[in-house]
This record gives sequence, structure tokens and C-alpha cells, in this order.
Amino acid sequence: MEIASYIFLIIGGLFYMLGGLGVLRMPDTFNRIQAGTKATTLGSFSLMIGIFFAEPTWVLKVVVIIIFIAISNPIGSSVIARATHRSPHRPKNLVIDELKDGGDNHDAS
Amino acid sequence: MIIQSIVFGLLALGLLLTLVRLIKGPFLPDRVVALDTMNMIIVGVIGFIALLYKNELFLDITIIYAILSFFESVVFARYMEAKHHGNR
Repeated sequence: MEIASYIFLIIGGLFYMLGGLGVLRMPDTFNRIQAGTKATTLGSFSLMIGIFFAEPTWVLKVVVIIIFIAISNPIGSSVIARATHRSPHRPKNLVIDELKDGGDNHDAS
Repeated sequence: MIIQSIVFGLLALGLLLTLVRLIKGPFLPDRVVALDTMNMIIVGVIGFIALLYKNELFLDITIIYAILSFFESVVFARYMEAKHHGNR
């Protein structure tokens, strides 16, 4: 039980560190959104599972935190990516741009 | 004890890297992304402090902080959209 807790805690810390590294080192904004959001989602899941293995009576709040992060973090990254696409500072070298014609008719279809 | 030091060191390193991007990010979207990532790392730090102090109340603080950071991201994104397109 202790060993499993330590393994999950170290995996969580490692993925948090990789998320920070990705935010610092990735070349443009969409890559930074990708790295910073997905790595920290996995890191927080893993750290919360490590906390659950260390203290098994805290299971309720840990499950609440995991469910809330699983809902809110992709929504937040999607909103930030949409706002980035509409701002004038978005990356200029996009290979494929599905939101090119305003973006609203893509949502309606 | 050494495991706690390793995990805290990794979390602090991630926090420091996002702080560098938050300070020197060229434009506003980079800063918003760095702030979002930093909030998620702080959620992990507070949860880990709950484990260190053996106190369940820190997990409540974690839930509230996660909710507030989500709203903060959405509000900053709306601000970023509205800044260049008039007030919508």
C-alpha cells in the first residue's frame, strides 16, 4: 500500500514537471496548450490516486476532485484554444485550420 | 521522507518553469496558458500538503481552488476574445 502510494506520487510529480517543461519549451501557443493541459491532468489524477493509497478513508473527496478535474480541465483548454484562435497573436504557420471561416458554422453543423 | 522531498522538488520545478513562461511569454495567450498550468500544479501542491500534515481539510481547499481556477481560465479567455472584437 505504501509502495503503491509512493509510485503514484512520483508519477504525478513527474508529469507535473513535464507539463511545466512543455509549457516552457514548446514552440507556439497551441503546443503549449496541449502540453500544459494534458500532462497536468494525468499528473493530478496520479497524485490524487497516490493520496488515496496513502489515506484510504479520504476516498470521497479524492473522487470528487478527480471528477471535477476531468470535467473542467478539457473545457478550460478548449475555451483558451478558441480564444487564442480568435486573437491576433495566434501562430501563423497552421497546417490545417478548421475554424477558418469564422468558426461559427463549424459548430452549427 | 526522501520520497516527499522528491515529489515536492518535482512540483516546485514545474511551478518554476511555468513561472518563467508566465513572465517572459511573448503574448497574452501564452501567459493565460501558463497561468492555467500553474493553477493545476498548485492544486497538486495543496493536495500533497494535505497528505503531509495528515489533515483532510486541505482537500476541501483543493476543491475550492480547482473551481476558482476553472472560472479564472474561462474569464481570462472571454477577456482575451472580447479585447480584440469589441464588447460582446
